[in-house]
Amino acid sequence: MPRFDDKVALVTGAARGQGRSHAVRFAAEGADLVLCDRCADLGTVPYGLASAADLEETVAAVEAAGGRAVALEADVRDGAALARVVDAGIEAFGGIDIAVANAGIAGVSTIAAMTDDEWQNMIDINLGGVFKTLRAVAGHMAERGSGRIVATSSVVGRLGAPNIGHYVAAKWGVIGLVKSLALELAEHGVTVNAVCPTSVDTAMIQNEAFRELFLADQTSYTPADVERAFTELNPIPIPWVQPDDISDTVLFLASEEARMITGEAVPVALGWNARTAA
Amino acid sequence: MSGRFEGRRVLVTGAARGQGRNHAVRFAREGADVALLDLAVEEMETVAYPLGSRAELEETAALVKAAGRRVEVLVADVRSLAQMEEAVGRAVAAFGGLDVIVVNAGICTFGELATMSAETWGTMIDVNLTGAFNTVRAAVPHIYGSEAGRVVATASMAGRAGWENIGHYAAAKWGLIGMVKSLALELAPRGITANVVCPSSVDTTMMKNEASYKLFRPDLENPTLEDALPAFQSVNVLPVPYAEPDDISDAVLFLASDQARYITGATLSAAIGVNAKNI
Ligand SMILES: NC(=O)c1ccc[n+]([C@@H]2O[C@H](COP(=O)([O-])OP(=O)(O)OC[C@H]3O[C@@H](n4cnc5c(N)ncnc54)[C@H](O)[C@@H]3O)[C@@H](O)[C@H]2O)c1
Ligand SMILES: NC(=O)c1ccc[n+]([C@@H]2O[C@H](COP(=O)([O-])OP(=O)(O)OC[C@H]3O[C@@H](n4cnc5c(N)ncnc54)[C@H](O)[C@@H]3O)[C@@H](O)[C@H]2O)c1
Repeated sequence: MPRFDDKVALVTGAARGQGRSHAVRFAAEGADLVLCDRCADLGTVPYGLASAADLEETVAAVEAAGGRAVALEADVRDGAALARVVDAGIEAFGGIDIAVANAGIAGVSTIAAMTDDEWQNMIDINLGGVFKTLRAVAGHMAERGSGRIVATSSVVGRLGAPNIGHYVAAKWGVIGLVKSLALELAEHGVTVNAVCPTSVDTAMIQNEAFRELFLADQTSYTPADVERAFTELNPIPIPWVQPDDISDTVLFLASEEARMITGEAVPVALGWNARTAA
Repeated sequence: MSGRFEGRRVLVTGAARGQGRNHAVRFAREGADVALLDLAVEEMETVAYPLGSRAELEETAALVKAAGRRVEVLVADVRSLAQMEEAVGRAVAAFGGLDVIVVNAGICTFGELATMSAETWGTMIDVNLTGAFNTVRAAVPHIYGSEAGRVVATASMAGRAGWENIGHYAAAKWGLIGMVKSLALELAPRGITANVVCPSSVDTTMMKNEASYKLFRPDLENPTLEDALPAFQSVNVLPVPYAEPDDISDAVLFLASDQARYITGATLSAAIGVNAKNI
């Protein structure tokens, strides 16, 4: 039996990448989807974000997988917009059982050279956006006495890393937020967990800014050089995992099988985490 | 979700009962052949409750057979590398190899470190830490050839924090986590994963025995399970006194499945939320 029959899952940052993968996988296992994305670029982000057409494509893929979808353009920094997304989901499907706080951005800068805007956008989206997403569903789920929340942190949410200090700070923050909300919602039957990926094969890393970061000492490089540089991060010697691999863990945490797991951060990180305390 | 382990060969230590039995039967129901290892001697020095019996081990074997899978019963003490190598050798001979190693056998005893006997300390470290090493040492070389090699070890929330009255157990479980993280790094180039599941409390004899009731209710002369339940629950975050073995099997089988092929060196707390107050 599909694990998510009659369930409704909300996914932020659903227009492409991991968010799209989670949405389609939930649909394939029986769920209906409530989707949102910013659908526009952002000045401090050194690569393009998703478009409205991308979000439409996710809707089509969800429907092709057998699910229904409502999709709204919404920026996770905008609490009122997220409330509208949640309301639209409840209106369409009667409630929200699962929420995946996935939307996020990346950026590249040393802390010494970072601008106020780079810092602020990062914290506002990757931490504040997760807070606003969690807040938007917490009361609803507590009232219903059940729910599953999964937030996307990162393997660097448990360690230090140069050139992405703002991203690291935000992702550590996500884990603190998740653990605290897990404690607050435990008595209401809601679990709250995080997934911590290593590099994932999406537009967030497959762009010029990240290639340059990884190959700073080379004036020119081939795709094989890029793969080698990313592979160096991971004990299991491959450069990155696929969105599907992250969906496997997100869906596990959202399933009945994880009912005794809450406040946990699960690394899908090719063993990078084995070098840390987490 | 049937069939995630079709044709895979699984070794489970501490399989006579409790979590080990449950893991074994769940693997079998999803298509695996299972080698069941246990000491199968009810009494052990320093341990205040009966361990798994030979009859219980045979009962687990019957359950695996009832699932239509091959079973190999191995009586061995995880404290003895020689016994473990001999036993694992029999499983490998019977199944033609191994894919998944579930490092589960363990004991629990109580005492303050300042007054603990050397025997209580030593038995704990021998079973819960060296026993895990012996299991790994004996079995891991046999999963090198597997398409889906997996090691899953059972630690505890006491492997992530200090805990009064079980300092030796905490030391063994912290040690186990350090060992498995290191193993994960050593096995990563082969694409084999090694992970840890950390339960808080689980509905097995290890939790349900008089010594445990007394530890949780020192105020009572002869506490019963009923007396201990609220104290059990007070440790946890979700409002339950303990998880069921099935809940831990859910996590173990997930980590052993194809879906977790890129998760390694992880400590997955299936711990009723106790971990939310921790790293
Ligand atoms: N790709 C990686 O290597 C990697 C590694 C670890 C963690 N992550 C995390 O995974 C999550 C998903 O990223 P991805 O890899 O799919 O990248 P992606 O860029 O393909 O997808 C991110 C999505 O979020 C949307 N988004 C960005 N800012 C938004 C905002 N303010 N409001 C609403 N939507 C917004 C984007 O439009 C995009 O559709 C992110 O939280 C990211 O930090 C990614
Ligand atoms: N029950 C709990 O609350 C709890 C909580 C956290 C972790 N754990 C861990 O879970 C694992 C399984 O425990 P359980 O709860 O099923 O308890 P259990 O006592 O029911 O099962 C343990 C099994 O291990 C076997 N065993 C013990 N010493 C052995 C040895 N030297 N050689 C071979 N077999 C041996 C026993 O005979 C028994 O069958 C243990 O590692 C334990 O530390 C248990």
